[in-house]
Amino acid sequence: MMQTPLEAATPNSESLAARKAWMGLLARAKPGRLADLFPELPAHDLLRAPEIGAVMVRGRIGGTGQPFNLGEMTVTRCALRLGSGAVGHAHVQGRDKGHAVRAAVVDALMQTNQAEALRATVLVPLQAEEVARRANRAAKAAATKVEFFTLVRGEDQ
Amino acid sequence: MNDALLGGFVDAAVQSSHAFRAALTVLSQPGEIRELHGAVPPAPLSVAAGVLLLTLCDGTTPLHLAGAYDCASVRDWITFHCGAPLVSVEAAVFALGDWVALQPLGQFAIGLPDYPDRAVTLIVEMPALEAKGAVLRGPGIADAAYLSLPEVAAFQANRALFPLGFDCFFTCGAKVAALPRSTHVEAV
Repeated sequence: MMQTPLEAATPNSESLAARKAWMGLLARAKPGRLADLFPELPAHDLLRAPEIGAVMVRGRIGGTGQPFNLGEMTVTRCALRLGSGAVGHAHVQGRDKGHAVRAAVVDALMQTNQAEALRATVLVPLQAEEVARRANRAAKAAATKVEFFTLVRGEDQ
Repeated sequence: MNDALLGGFVDAAVQSSHAFRAALTVLSQPGEIRELHGAVPPAPLSVAAGVLLLTLCDGTTPLHLAGAYDCASVRDWITFHCGAPLVSVEAAVFALGDWVALQPLGQFAIGLPDYPDRAVTLIVEMPALEAKGAVLRGPGIADAAYLSLPEVAAFQANRALFPLGFDCFFTCGAKVAALPRSTHVEAV
């Protein structure tokens, strides 16, 4: 049966969701922290050299309202291939090209038999730090929360 | 596997600048033939046509693939490297194919009197490209230039539409030449 490369590589929705999750995690990670966790880059060929661009971030009030343009953010993207043939893609926050290359390498390795080892050494720590960072920020925001209530002023009587 | 991912520019900023300069040169001096290098597109796409696509096309330039060029390998390559939307004939800003596949030319956008820039640019793949054949006269040509055009009548009719009409790039291997709508074409 004839298949185009893109069709052949189309994964099921479960593995797609898992890949989205780790690509998002790598995109949001701090470049320095990712470099600490994953210092050695294996040999790779760049398919698309790291390049910097802007994407429009859209939002919906409450998650359900009309979409609006929140603003542009800077992203760096990269695509590369490892010696084993695994192809990795990355779109990361900011202008750090090294970050984009590293994230793409991790994405490629996560599709090989090194996935479990890499998950333990890189993704799990990043995930834990992200959860802690968000909880910290949410706690700071929660401390400023103000409860509004109305006193009965006696006009009803 | 994944041939669609290979063959793009290695140093996009520099290579696309050189290619754009060459494209401007051939368009402003009809009959001039230059060479384009830097891309390795999949068959049947020629090197020059691939470089032109990488240089001129992006997500905002709808592209029409005609005839044998409308195949999976070319579509995948363009999707990864240019991101140009692949559209039908009427909506095309660029169209790629050999001369026979691009017929009839009347189906392409030739611009509006208020917006003559809203016309198609054809990238015509040629079996051969030489500085002999039809006689070219007009802006950018000192006296007369010669180019092996696929035919003459279509370009004379296109010149009659001026300032509307389409512009053409001709590609063969690494060679590129161009014929803007402003050029007068005569048979030898």
